[in-house]
Amino acid sequence: MAYEPGMDLAGGGRAGRLRGLSGKLPAWLLYFTLPIILLLVWKGADMLGYIKPYTMPSPEKVAATAIELVRNGKLVKHIVASMERVLEGFFIALVSALALGVGIGLSKRVDIFTTLVLQILRPIPPIAWIPMAILWLGIGETSKVFIIFLGAFFPILVNVVDGISGIDAKYFELASVYEIPRKKLILRVILPGATPSIMTGVRVGLGNAWVCVVAAEMIAAVSGVGYMLSDGRSLSRPDIVILGMLVVGFVGKVMDDLVKWVRAKVLVWA
Amino acid sequence: MPDILEINHVCKRFSQNGSIVEALRDINLNVEEGNFVSIIGVSGCGKSTLLRIIGGLETDYEGSVTFDGMPVTAPSRKKGFVFQDHRLLPWLTIEDNIRFSLPEEQEDRESIIRESIRMVGLEGFESAYPKQISGGMSQRVSIARALSNDPKILLLDEPFGSLDAITKINLQDELLNIWKRESITMILVTHDIDEAIYLGNSVVVMTPRPGTIKRVENIDLGEPKKRTGPIFSRYREIIYREFFTEANSPFIYNL
Repeated sequence: MAYEPGMDLAGGGRAGRLRGLSGKLPAWLLYFTLPIILLLVWKGADMLGYIKPYTMPSPEKVAATAIELVRNGKLVKHIVASMERVLEGFFIALVSALALGVGIGLSKRVDIFTTLVLQILRPIPPIAWIPMAILWLGIGETSKVFIIFLGAFFPILVNVVDGISGIDAKYFELASVYEIPRKKLILRVILPGATPSIMTGVRVGLGNAWVCVVAAEMIAAVSGVGYMLSDGRSLSRPDIVILGMLVVGFVGKVMDDLVKWVRAKVLVWA
Repeated sequence: MPDILEINHVCKRFSQNGSIVEALRDINLNVEEGNFVSIIGVSGCGKSTLLRIIGGLETDYEGSVTFDGMPVTAPSRKKGFVFQDHRLLPWLTIEDNIRFSLPEEQEDRESIIRESIRMVGLEGFESAYPKQISGGMSQRVSIARALSNDPKILLLDEPFGSLDAITKINLQDELLNIWKRESITMILVTHDIDEAIYLGNSVVVMTPRPGTIKRVENIDLGEPKKRTGPIFSRYREIIYREFFTEANSPFIYNL
């Protein structure tokens, strides 16, 4: 049986019929179909009077607010403020999780020494630290960076340790044949060998960091996307709240895409 | 030539599911400098364990192993080891894999790397990653990596075991050329009778449970070595007889 254009390679049945239907749509259009449907449902509900303006604004009201906040520069200012905190907290978390993770991954004694404290601290949601963070560090930048650090630190640490323990023992044997010194072993075998797992940690950690910055800013801040949300609530402006939520989601998606792009670059060898 | 390697009364036991397995029993073997020794045996006869003991990768055994006048206690760059899996670091390029194996303070590092890549015919692949090259090429790099460290002995653990027949023959010839040119002592572990005879100037036959040396056969195929012909067949018959009785290997005599 030779392949001919239009032949149903997936076989018949439901999957085949679905393929037939969606097969007409190019992928890029399919990509935007669901968001467009949701937007239409939203607008439809608004036109039919199912939603009240003071609980749920119309799509064009949110769009108008977006344009206004972009024009006066406030939206960009809030995003940049949140982004700066995230990057600061994330990089502190990355460096310290790498250092501690390598220590734990290489030394059974460091592992035993730290494991109980880490296991108890890890399940505490970063948000639960907010009251203490404010008491200890005040309502300035430091407390928010601390919350973000907590959100990013544990996912990265867990993946660094997993990545190191997952390195095939045969590479350590190889290193012993060539009398590789410890520092070179860490830089050339352990860190690169754990990189696939570390990149997973980075992805989860950065995602968590973004969630944490919004939460921290909703409680104590005068700038940032989280502040924008809580400010919208106190002004009874649901359009600002919805816009803030959409911005949080959109920025989060873009950051995740960026991490995936970096991962592909870093892991060319895999 | 003096003996570069002396193995005296080596025994190795390990426990498996609670019972003690005797992997090697009273192994005695001396290897003269510059020789090419093939060790042949079925899987589980302890031949790889013996090679790992020589290489210093296995240190828990009885008896003594002396390399270049010193007891073997650990792996070292002077004892090159080529594993069956090429064991290239997947995250380093071909060139970086060789660079990795050399000490930072090594003089002429770059020219050693260039020379060893040239020796195994992989010019142009310096910046390829291991996943981008074939199994045969990877094993070439692995040999180049071992040789770039200027070892006094090269230990090869079934290095061509996972390669296709044609690639295998090519690599065997290349290895033989390197041995002739560099006059490095080589010990090759294999389960391929033809490979053992063609490469070694001495073939050590091992039998399993417990792993012992059954026979040591000196090989002289003349120059140049040939893979066919009466001399080769005669050696092959000798080695075959160590593994099969006449009754269950009639095909040899029908050939």
